[in-house]
Amino acid sequence: MIDAWILAVLCLVVLMVLATVRLVIGPTAPDRVIALDTVNTLVIASMILLGVVYKEIIFVDVAIVYGLLSFVSTLYIAKYIGGEL
Amino acid sequence: MIAFLVTAGMAFLLYLVLTAGSGTIGLWSLSELVMGALLALLTGLVARKFLCRSESYRLLSPLRLLLLLVYVPGPFFIELTKANLDVAYRVITMKIRPGIVRVHSGLKTDLGIFMLANSITLTPGTLSVGIDEETNDLFIHNINIAEGDEKREVIESTELFGLANLPAWIRRIAE
Amino acid sequence: MTAVEILIYACLAIGVVFNSLGVIGLLRFPDVYTRMHATTKATTFGSIFTSLAVIVYGFFMFLSQADSQYLILAIHAFLAAACLAFTNAVSAHAIARAAHRSGIMPTPAVVDRLAEAKL
Repeated sequence: MIDAWILAVLCLVVLMVLATVRLVIGPTAPDRVIALDTVNTLVIASMILLGVVYKEIIFVDVAIVYGLLSFVSTLYIAKYIGGEL
Repeated sequence: MIAFLVTAGMAFLLYLVLTAGSGTIGLWSLSELVMGALLALLTGLVARKFLCRSESYRLLSPLRLLLLLVYVPGPFFIELTKANLDVAYRVITMKIRPGIVRVHSGLKTDLGIFMLANSITLTPGTLSVGIDEETNDLFIHNINIAEGDEKREVIESTELFGLANLPAWIRRIAE
Repeated sequence: MTAVEILIYACLAIGVVFNSLGVIGLLRFPDVYTRMHATTKATTFGSIFTSLAVIVYGFFMFLSQADSQYLILAIHAFLAAACLAFTNAVSAHAIARAAHRSGIMPTPAVVDRLAEAKL
């Protein structure tokens, strides 16, 4: 049962690495921001899964806080790119 | 005053959900309840101007909340599934014909526009890019514009959704 | 293998497949706006499904072992998924608006009404 969870987390980690490729090569700043946003989403998803693997509910709480903080940082970067800051 | 009470109540509710199962009074322990009430009052004092900026308390009515609870897992989730099958098809075949079109929303309140823009972002082939704040029209990036639609000045929001009439649902919830 | 396990495996598989479609779209599509289509829709949907697997697991273990820890796990996973769906849509809109304001036009595009409107 546990193996399936770890396998899913491994898949998500591979996807994070692939998204980092776009983060590095992305020609414009918004490209990099959406790549970073994707990585954040995948980190949150894998944190929720790791909460089951290690039987620690605190992982899921950390995922909630991480999601809200990454939302705020994305909004600020968007404001900066749009020239409204 | 209403803004303060609403904000503090929401914060207390969230705290209760997050600490459920910690003790014996109902589901909570006494220290969690006292701490939650104090933190909720503090949050209400600090954040009352942010949460209720538009001074409209429509979403507090139970009927609208019930409709919202039906809307999110029902018609919205169906459209979300369809959107993802659509994106999967486009990713694999790369058949795209993108462009930005103007969509007439017909909604008046900020909450309605907000919900429509979010629903549009998560439904098939569309992504909201901008809002005309005078007429409340939305500018939507469409990944596959139908032949001939690029010549039309304005598109009605009901034409964007295939299976469920989401703008009518949003009008019932938010206006 | 019970029915609940099959349900959990199915949710995990759907989640991982749609997450990978989102990332492949991020790498393959030609410009910012079309990439955003892939990432917001597909990764939100995929992450909702992986969280759904956790919620089903939590409820099932709660019903079979009557340990309230598992119910707390399910509730918190549900909150995290709700936060994720909400914040992803809003930040996609913010980035799209910022990209258009900073002068990045959709490049293949058949029509651009926002640039014509000059807001």
